[in-house]
Amino acid sequence: MSTAPILQARGLVKKFGKVTALNGCDFELYPGEVLAVIGDNGAGKSVMIKSLSGAIQPDSGVVELDSQPVHFNSPLEARAAGIETVYQTLAMSPALSIADNMFMGRELRKPGWRGKYLRQLDKSSMDAFAREKLNELGLMTIQNIRQAVETLSGGQRQGIAVARAAAFGSKVIILDEPTAALGVKESRRVLELIQDVRSRGIPIVLISHNMPHVFEVADRIHIHRLGRRLCVIKPSDHSMSEAVAMMTGAMEPPKEVQAA
Amino acid sequence: MSDTDGANSDAGKLSYESVLKDAATNVAEFDQDESFGRKLQNWLHATPAAVPVFVLIMAVIVFGLILGSKFFSPFAMTLILQQVMIVGITASAQTLVILTAGIDLSVGAIMVFSSVIMGQFTFRYGIPAEISIGIGLMAGALMGFINGVLVAYVKLPPFIVTLGTWQIFLAANFLYSANETIRAQEIEEQAPALQLFGESFRFGGAVFTYGAVAMLVIVFLLAYVLRNTAWGRHVYAVGDDQEAAELSGVKVKNTLIQVYTLSGLICAFAGWCLIGRIGSVSPTSGQNANIEAITAVVIGGVSLFGGRGSILGALAGGLIVGVFSLGLRMIGTDPQWTYLLIGALIIFAVTVDQWIRKGTA
Repeated sequence: MSTAPILQARGLVKKFGKVTALNGCDFELYPGEVLAVIGDNGAGKSVMIKSLSGAIQPDSGVVELDSQPVHFNSPLEARAAGIETVYQTLAMSPALSIADNMFMGRELRKPGWRGKYLRQLDKSSMDAFAREKLNELGLMTIQNIRQAVETLSGGQRQGIAVARAAAFGSKVIILDEPTAALGVKESRRVLELIQDVRSRGIPIVLISHNMPHVFEVADRIHIHRLGRRLCVIKPSDHSMSEAVAMMTGAMEPPKEVQAA
Repeated sequence: MSDTDGANSDAGKLSYESVLKDAATNVAEFDQDESFGRKLQNWLHATPAAVPVFVLIMAVIVFGLILGSKFFSPFAMTLILQQVMIVGITASAQTLVILTAGIDLSVGAIMVFSSVIMGQFTFRYGIPAEISIGIGLMAGALMGFINGVLVAYVKLPPFIVTLGTWQIFLAANFLYSANETIRAQEIEEQAPALQLFGESFRFGGAVFTYGAVAMLVIVFLLAYVLRNTAWGRHVYAVGDDQEAAELSGVKVKNTLIQVYTLSGLICAFAGWCLIGRIGSVSPTSGQNANIEAITAVVIGGVSLFGGRGSILGALAGGLIVGVFSLGLRMIGTDPQWTYLLIGALIIFAVTVDQWIRKGTA
């Protein structure tokens, strides 16, 4: 790929006390691609992702969005820049409704004086929008858009978190284990959604332990090991067992794809 | 690694998924043969103020039946409103803080100190009462702001912060006022604005003080803000799961500081009303305000764990206490019975809260 990366990181370092989570980690995401990130538990995938999404500030290293250096001090800043993330913990308020959660931090106000002076929320449009997005994702088993998130199953919650990111992400969408809690049908919907989002030209970072899913949708696979990028492979050049072998240290990565 | 079984068919759908094209697509429907208890649980979950409002109505009916028209009169009803005015206002402030999973033990201290500032600025420095009131309100907001900064930025537990500031504000109140009371007569002659919320107007047999009306206005205003504005939703989200709120784009620190500052401002306003209620400015007044406010909030069904409950519930909680005190006093029982019953109500309210949560976990 000759175009410049849309999201890039160079030499990220993050230490928590004596634990080194990121040890000079590099990262590149090119426009329009699906980049899978795989790695063993504790390899530092989530810390890297959180550094990109503003939830963690790395000790050193640079993050560039559209070739411009950026410093996200909070997820809100990353979101304002167009990076939308679905975290493993899903980041939802259990007692609030589905619509409340989808619009948390970017609520719609009623048009006219009721929105301007009374700051009244436009609940009906938010409900309608949330309903539409959930239908797109095939989450039709949800009966009431105003029901509290805590009344939903784990899979339904995950579906809502993914729908939220897909609905609002404008530049980059990061999905941390989006299919981990989902059923077969819902997983399929998420994979279709990923392809759908890619066809709209928005690149996706997909963190997953599910090799069949990774090999199905990814254009490139970033293999993370011991706090840094080990290599980047193409799913067409390698088998799943080779990828797992590299990720766990059972096999040396091929020379030509080794990261600097 | 059963996961890698599909390795041979890298592209396209996995084989076990091919049957999905026949999957059902209609919205899930279930036979609603749930038990009454279960339905009640779900309804209460959606309507947290229902229990206290129900208890309130029952209490009014029971005392009405026992005492007849002596209790069930516009005069007695509005008397209850007057008596719960201070509790109602401080409970509103307390509700805001408790919704964020915090607690404000300094509400009483902020209230009294603010009222003393209003009084002393008027009488010691000769500042016009209206300006002194403004200064007192700002002082209350500042005290709340200090609480908020300590909670949000220094990240101390709210209980510890406000346990500390409670002592500090109360001590500052005594030191500043030199333990001196400004008598009601002086205030009436020189600065009647301080007593504004003690004044009343009649409406038939009902006697409304401006303070009681102000309490209702504050409660309904906050109820609107919590329910219908983005800020209100953020207050709930912060109390529900702070980390999730942060990740989904709520400015948690700002929200916390705003909540504590607003709480301080409302408490200062309660201090102004307090002058109207007791007539004088006394640094020793309002000693029970803390416990009474927390009691009203808890009886009102607001969860001490944050994120659940409503301000109308807290008002109902305050009114329940008011109805019990007045009703039992009219019957002529020992006032200790009031405390005994209120203690039982607190335990009942928290039991109901736990039950409601269990239903949806």
